[in-house]
Amino acid sequence: MKIIKAEKVTFEYIRRDEEGNVEGINRAVDNVSLDVKEGDFISILGANGSGKSTFAKHLNSILLPTEGTVWVDGMDTKDEEKINKIRQTAGMVFQNPDNQIIGQVVDEDVAFGPENMGIPTEEIKERVEEALKTVGMYEFIKRSPNSLSGGQKQRVSIAGVLAMHPKCIVLDEPTAMLDPTGRKEVIRALRALNEVEGITIILITHYMEETVYSDKIFVMHKGSIAMEGTPREVFSRVDELKEYKLEVPQITLLAHTLRQRGLRIPECVLTVKELTDAIKNC
Amino acid sequence: MPIIADGLTYVYGSKTKAKTTAVDNVTFKINDGQFIGLIGHTGSGKSTLLMLLSGLIKPTSGTVYIDGEDIFAKDFDLHSIHGKVGIVFQYPENQLFEETVFKDVCFGPKNMGLDKKETELCAYEALKLVGLEDEVFYQSPFDLSGGQKRRVAIAGILSMKPKILVLDEPTAGLDPAGRKEILDLVKNLCREKGMTVILVSHSMDDVAEYVDRILVMNDGRLEIDAVPKEAFKHKEELEGFGLALPQVTQAMIKIKEIGIPVRTDAITVEEAANEIMRVLY
Repeated sequence: MKIIKAEKVTFEYIRRDEEGNVEGINRAVDNVSLDVKEGDFISILGANGSGKSTFAKHLNSILLPTEGTVWVDGMDTKDEEKINKIRQTAGMVFQNPDNQIIGQVVDEDVAFGPENMGIPTEEIKERVEEALKTVGMYEFIKRSPNSLSGGQKQRVSIAGVLAMHPKCIVLDEPTAMLDPTGRKEVIRALRALNEVEGITIILITHYMEETVYSDKIFVMHKGSIAMEGTPREVFSRVDELKEYKLEVPQITLLAHTLRQRGLRIPECVLTVKELTDAIKNC
Repeated sequence: MPIIADGLTYVYGSKTKAKTTAVDNVTFKINDGQFIGLIGHTGSGKSTLLMLLSGLIKPTSGTVYIDGEDIFAKDFDLHSIHGKVGIVFQYPENQLFEETVFKDVCFGPKNMGLDKKETELCAYEALKLVGLEDEVFYQSPFDLSGGQKRRVAIAGILSMKPKILVLDEPTAGLDPAGRKEILDLVKNLCREKGMTVILVSHSMDDVAEYVDRILVMNDGRLEIDAVPKEAFKHKEELEGFGLALPQVTQAMIKIKEIGIPVRTDAITVEEAANEIMRVLY
């Protein structure tokens, strides 16, 4: 079952001068086709300006393709009647938690989504508690979001999406503003959602090490998909990644260096565990 | 132009019940040309400390000496500090506002009262320093890429010719190549131009690779002040502060745990590779 299907999606921004005349056209997404299987953990990498965020905004009808079609769980994102259903199916979390949190109390904030869906009060309460438990924030249910750390706020944002019972969550650089603990908390929460709840995760990030557990990585370059494959396939192409202004995780780089210096280490080591296993066998 | 923080303390809402001590009796000295990494979890007091060092807020007690002068003394002209300490805030590109890159960078020196010719010269030098080509000078800053915008914003600070450059997470949200560009630029300002740099970062890997000395903040206090190799020996303490070790240092500890007698103080990929080769070969 394909939860997301994009077919030949192109998106153009039209630049206008002060009088409103067309100055030029920027093609931010250029003929992108991709499928995401339900229950997968997908990462999208790419340099600044490669079109990742613009593409992500197509996944729940924030933007509509200039050409091509996006289907979310079989629904065409251009179908205005389905827009609410689409946004409940594919929820979105952005970079800055402070821009997304609106409630005075954590539970109010998480309830915002289901309230707007017209869910009965009793069920909202259940959903809010369940969502906060899933991201490990239940003990903060009556706290003010202002008193939380960045990672905690971002997990509240995720709970807010979760309370709408989405099948898929799209996260646009959710860890860019967080400290190391905050980053770890958010990534751990995402992996649990994916593995335990079976929710499809689409993670956009600039941190390579966050993607090593994904089922699949897409690399975007100038609006198109330049590479796709498992982390092992993608991160074994070190030079190509550099061309796209990316890099490999530090552990992969260390293993790569050791291999170049003559140690018998397999190509493309992704985790510390794999590295220690490889060294044991040297 | 050495910076001395002497018993620096800042309390938010000191007259209310909800008073919090954001910076708590912090003392250190930074010498000319040092590259300092300031780390700490969100809310540990880093940003408040930066604002104190650049004279934007006045300490509750203690003071800051820049070039031997108490910047909070009554007879000190606090305006003159902007020519000494330049502060680049988080997401500085949000502060770009002018029609062209060049005009934007002129804003600082113009407001310092320099005449047109001097202003333009300062702006030109600053833009060259951050490595921007002449053809972008007359473009709108909003048409540039994320990394370029950030360099324009940094040029806007450099045009005021500070001796001390303070940057709050200058690489947040940039791709790996953009991150490296900004860090190399900052390193170059420090090494070639002799500027003192204070860099706030959440990336332990970047800090390990670039800085000369690390200051670790936790709950408003300065907990660790050491060279990177020493600072990253405090594994438990750092983890207790919500921080981490560089990825390769974590890997070295695991490698040692499986019985391979490596030293665990490598903090960069290069050092780690050298150490593993030394033991295995």
